[in-house]
Amino acid sequence: MLKYILKRLGLSVLILIGVSLIVYILIRCMPVSFVESKIAAMNQGGVQVPKETVDAMYEMYGLADSSFLGILKGYGSWLNALLHFDLGQSFVYGDSVLNVIVEHMGVSFAIAFIAIIFEYLIAIPLGVTAATHQYSVRDYVVTIIVMVGISLPSFFFARVLQNVFALKLGWFPSAGMENTAAGYKGIFRLLDQLKHIALPLIAMVILSIGGTMRYMRTNMLEVLNSDYIRTARAKGLKESKVIYKHAFRNTMIPIVTMMAGILPTLFSGAMITEQIFDLPGIGNVALKATVSADIPFIMGYNMFLAILSVVGVLLSDLMYMVVDPRVKLA
Amino acid sequence: MEEKDNNLFPETEEFNPMAETEGVAPIEEGEKPLDRNVRLMSPGRMVARRFFRSKLSIIGLVMILALLLFCWFGPVFYSRWDERIPDSNGQIEYNYKTFQVEAADGTTYEVRQVIEVRKGTNTFAPPGPDHLLGTDDSGLDVFVRLMYGGRVSLSISFIAVFAITIIGVILGGIAGYFGGWVDNVIMRLCDILMCLPGLPILLILGSILDAMEVPGESRIYYLMIFLTIFSWAGTARLVRGQILFLREQEYMVAAEAMGFSTSRKIFKHLVPNVLPQLIVSMTLSLGSMILYEASLSYLGLGTQAPNASWGTMVNLTNNEDILRNYFNIWGPPGICIIIAVLGFNFVGDGLRDALDPKMRR
Repeated sequence: MLKYILKRLGLSVLILIGVSLIVYILIRCMPVSFVESKIAAMNQGGVQVPKETVDAMYEMYGLADSSFLGILKGYGSWLNALLHFDLGQSFVYGDSVLNVIVEHMGVSFAIAFIAIIFEYLIAIPLGVTAATHQYSVRDYVVTIIVMVGISLPSFFFARVLQNVFALKLGWFPSAGMENTAAGYKGIFRLLDQLKHIALPLIAMVILSIGGTMRYMRTNMLEVLNSDYIRTARAKGLKESKVIYKHAFRNTMIPIVTMMAGILPTLFSGAMITEQIFDLPGIGNVALKATVSADIPFIMGYNMFLAILSVVGVLLSDLMYMVVDPRVKLA
Repeated sequence: MEEKDNNLFPETEEFNPMAETEGVAPIEEGEKPLDRNVRLMSPGRMVARRFFRSKLSIIGLVMILALLLFCWFGPVFYSRWDERIPDSNGQIEYNYKTFQVEAADGTTYEVRQVIEVRKGTNTFAPPGPDHLLGTDDSGLDVFVRLMYGGRVSLSISFIAVFAITIIGVILGGIAGYFGGWVDNVIMRLCDILMCLPGLPILLILGSILDAMEVPGESRIYYLMIFLTIFSWAGTARLVRGQILFLREQEYMVAAEAMGFSTSRKIFKHLVPNVLPQLIVSMTLSLGSMILYEASLSYLGLGTQAPNASWGTMVNLTNNEDILRNYFNIWGPPGICIIIAVLGFNFVGDGLRDALDPKMRR
């Protein structure tokens, strides 16, 4: 077990080095003059980028030297800084990149976490009924919900929600995280925030529910076709007992492993939804940083995402072994 | 969906001359010969039958065909407006200015000067006979841009999916067939590519394209090339997994014994057997490619105005006035995206059920 985990960890480090190399090379493809002009534009536009920060970035990324050796050296110094948890200073936010990420990932995580709870609460029962009543009207309805859910473009759906429920009906605020002008305190502030994130939540739940529901249905069908279910039925057990005691528990194996894999990625933020509803989540922050060529932040954010997805894969594999003892270590 | 009978040979009434051979025992009165009960069908026909039995796949097919016809033949028949040339017959707006004029006898008159303003372009025209879906903020006809935008969105997605499939089949096939260190290298590369965050990477590439001053209409092609380079990993894994399984089958041992060349074994015996899964995954990824392209254009990275693409047209919602008041500008492109993606997903699902009866959902 320990050996397996160590092997996987080693592999993860290898993957992360590969990812960072690709991201680094991509960033080096940006012409230096372009970066300079962007910094100049930022200086004019009110965001002050101190000279030292820019110099530090040039040194850290070795931007001035674009020979092959220079690129290698730049990558080395960036890696070295990373090992000291130094991701550089963000231009746009004027703070260290790590701080900006930590500061904003909470909002993204909170929203994504609530969304995923709702998603599973709705998707699991619907997926199960669709499977137990295969080819019935219910199954048909679930299939259509699944299809529509995975076919909706996130930006369009979010805009429609915003238009109908915020601008036309006025039930929810159209953007932002809280009403700072009202100066709510305590529980009222929380309620106000909940009201603000209601629409993004709905958007995220509906956009991601399709895939989960389909996954649930496929798994349940597979389990229902297995031998021990036939045995349970042959013993004369009640159908409800067969389904909820024998079948349902076994469908939870893949679901639990999937959840373990998803958990870290909840921190990564939903770029488009956050942009549309103007939430201060990490996705929105990253989008703004990319538009203004904030190199330290882009680099740090991409590494952050890569680490999250590597951890996710690792967690879900480990969880698989914990939940299902039949899985042998490979 | 509708599958009630799983009998692969449901037809009993029809007579098939192919099935009748010489030397069949004489048929007794009132008894049907066995060979008249069966009807021979090629695998392809069986797949087609199963596919067309599902209503959803037919609906999907109709949706896709309708969109293709609309986008490619639409502009041929409806050429009143162009994609990039705004309607310059703006309405005339009347304004007036008031002047106080003192006449010779001392009374003051109020004089109004009527100013006739001919707006250069016909912006924000409501839907009507002139413009079926109205015009957008720069006086471009929405209906016509819908057709041109669809051409971009659909053709780019097709090309990207084909490219991804070709790269995936070649690399996955090599990895699965040869195994060993080749397999290891290719699969680790896949792992890395799978961990690359998709949209943020494309955002970086977008700003690189900005820096290189790539013209607006060709940006999306570059981005889709990058997208192809980053997304073949899934297909390669699928192909590799299948080939690992198929390699151990008896018919491959037979092929080995026949002394076939390696390329013949891979491309003639292994790849055709991966094809069903491949076709299904291609159809399904067509849908996601359309979504990807639309998202990129929406974020302003892909096709840029005045060139049309469905995502770019929805991008106008960043202007709150348009979002609030002009659904006719940004609604139709969004609906087109949904129809396209939904269509491909329906067809992909139908194909999966039809091609692989064991895997029936």
